[in-house]
Amino acid sequence: MDHRPQAWGRPRDDIYGAYDGSYLQNSGPKTATQSPVVTGTSVIAIKFKDGVVMAADNLASYGSLARFTDVKRLRPFLDTSIVGFGGDVSDMQFLDRHLNELAIDESYEHESTSAAAASPEGQGEQGAATSAPAGKLNAANLHKYLSKLMYRRRNDFDPLWNQILVAGFDGQTKPFLASVDLRGTTFSSPSLATGFGAMLAQPIMRKYAATEEDAARLTRDEAVNVVKECMKVLFYRDARSLDRYSIAVVTKDGVELSENEQLEKQSWAFAERIRGYGTQTV
Amino acid sequence: MAAMFSQNPLMNGPNYSISDTPRINAPEGAREHRFDPYTDNGGSTLAIAGADFTIMAGDTRLASGYSINTRHYPKLFKIGGTTADQKDATIVLSVVGFAADGEALKERLDTICKMYRYRHGKPMSVKACAQRLSTILYQKRFFPYYAYAILGGLDEEGKGAVYSYDPVGSYEREQCRAGGAAASLIMPFLDNQVNFKNQYVPNSGEGHALQERERRPLTRSEVEVLVKDAFDGAVERHIEVGDGLQIMAITKDGIEEVMLPLKKD
Repeated sequence: MDHRPQAWGRPRDDIYGAYDGSYLQNSGPKTATQSPVVTGTSVIAIKFKDGVVMAADNLASYGSLARFTDVKRLRPFLDTSIVGFGGDVSDMQFLDRHLNELAIDESYEHESTSAAAASPEGQGEQGAATSAPAGKLNAANLHKYLSKLMYRRRNDFDPLWNQILVAGFDGQTKPFLASVDLRGTTFSSPSLATGFGAMLAQPIMRKYAATEEDAARLTRDEAVNVVKECMKVLFYRDARSLDRYSIAVVTKDGVELSENEQLEKQSWAFAERIRGYGTQTV
Repeated sequence: MAAMFSQNPLMNGPNYSISDTPRINAPEGAREHRFDPYTDNGGSTLAIAGADFTIMAGDTRLASGYSINTRHYPKLFKIGGTTADQKDATIVLSVVGFAADGEALKERLDTICKMYRYRHGKPMSVKACAQRLSTILYQKRFFPYYAYAILGGLDEEGKGAVYSYDPVGSYEREQCRAGGAAASLIMPFLDNQVNFKNQYVPNSGEGHALQERERRPLTRSEVEVLVKDAFDGAVERHIEVGDGLQIMAITKDGIEEVMLPLKKD
C-alpha cells in the first residue's frame, strides 16, 4: 500500500517507468486573456431624480454565434448598487465571484460596525461614517475598488476584458453612475453606455439627460421608458443583441432587478425600405 | 517500495498541482504582448505663470477614438491639501493623455504630498513637488505613465511657477505651456502672446536692427482672456477638445476654480 496520496491514481513507476509529463504545458509565456472569447454586448444606464436605471440584454455571443441566450449581465451588490458587465463573459464571472466574496466580507464588517455604533463606546472612531448611510460600501466606493482592480490587471498585462458600469449612490446619497474599462479608464456621466450602445443609445439618452440638472428632473418612469426605447434601437441595429434583457432600477429603497424582460412594441416597418434588410428577393 | 526511489520528480521533489508546475523555459514573469495597455483620451491643458499668480486650464472632454465618453472629466487637480476636498491645497496638477495613467499619477503625487506634510509639518513647495513628480515619472521609464503633466503653483518668492513634463519625467520651469491634443495649436499662440515672440517695436529698424518688444509679465485679466481665446481656437480646429473649460487661478489667497462652457460639437 502506497501511503502517499500524491502517488495515488498515477501509473506505478516500478511498472511503467517514470511518468512522462512532457505533454503538459509547462513552458512558454503565461497566456492571459489576450482577446475576449464569449462576449456580452452593450450595457446602458441613465440617472433620474432619485436613482439610476440600467439595462443589458441576456445574450452571450461566441463571435457571431448567439451562444448563450440566458446570461444575466447585471448583478446587484449588497442591495445598494448594480454592476453591469460588457465584454468577456468568463472575466465577468470571475469578477462576479470576487464581488460575492467582497459582499460577504462587507456584510460581516457592516454587522460589527452597526453593533459598535449602537454601543456608546463605539462612537467617534470614524468621523467619515456620518456621510455614507450607515457606513455601508456604496456604489462610489465599489466603483473605486473595481477601477483599482482593473488598472492593476492592465499594469500586469493580464486585463479583465470588460467594460463595467456601476450604478447606485455616492457618499452624499446622490445618484451615482460611472464606468470602468479593461485599461482602468474611469468616467462618469448622467447617462452611460458601453460597446455599440455608446454609438446608438448614448445620443438618445443624452437628449433626455444632457446634464446632471436634466437628469435630476427626470422621473423614474421616464428614465425606464428611455432605457427600454434604447434597448429596442440596439436590438434593431446591433447584430450581437437579443430581445430578452435585464433591467434594474436602483433607488434609496434598494435594487429592483427584472431579469427576463421581453422587448415590446417592436416595429420592423423601417426594414421594408432598406434593401437587403428585410424580405426583398432582389 | 521501488516507488520510494523513483526518479519521478512528482514523487520525490515538492509536489505541484499541474497549473503550478514551474515553467522551465519561460523567463521570470514573461508575458505575451498583444494587449495594448494605452489609449489616447484627447483633451488639452494650458498653464500661464504671472508675477504673483498662476492660471491653469483644461477642457473637460474625455474622448476615445471618435466617441465622447463624457463631457465632464476635469483634468486639473488640486494636490497636497489636508482633506479630501483639497480646500487648503496650494499646488495644481494638470494631466492629459491616457486618463487612467493620469488618474494614477495624480493619486501618487497627492499621497506623496500628504505624507510630506505629515512628516515635515509643512506643505511641500512647488519646487520640491516638481522634482518629486519628475522622479515618479522616471521610475516608470520602461512602462511609462502616458500623461503629459503640468504642475502649477507659487514659488518661495510668491511668483507664479509652471513646470511642464514629458511622459518619462523630463521637466523644466517655464512661463507658459500648453499640453495634450491641441498643444501644437495653442503653444505658438502662447509664444506670441505671453513671451512676445516675433513682436517688434514698430519703426525700430530693418532686419537685425529690429528691436524686440520688451517682455513683461501679463496681468491676471490679460491671462484670463488669453486662456479663453486659446481654447476657443483649439475647440474650433481640434475634434478632441471641447465641452467645458475648467480654469484654476492660484494666488496667495488660495485656489479659485471656474467652469465655463465650450462648444460641444
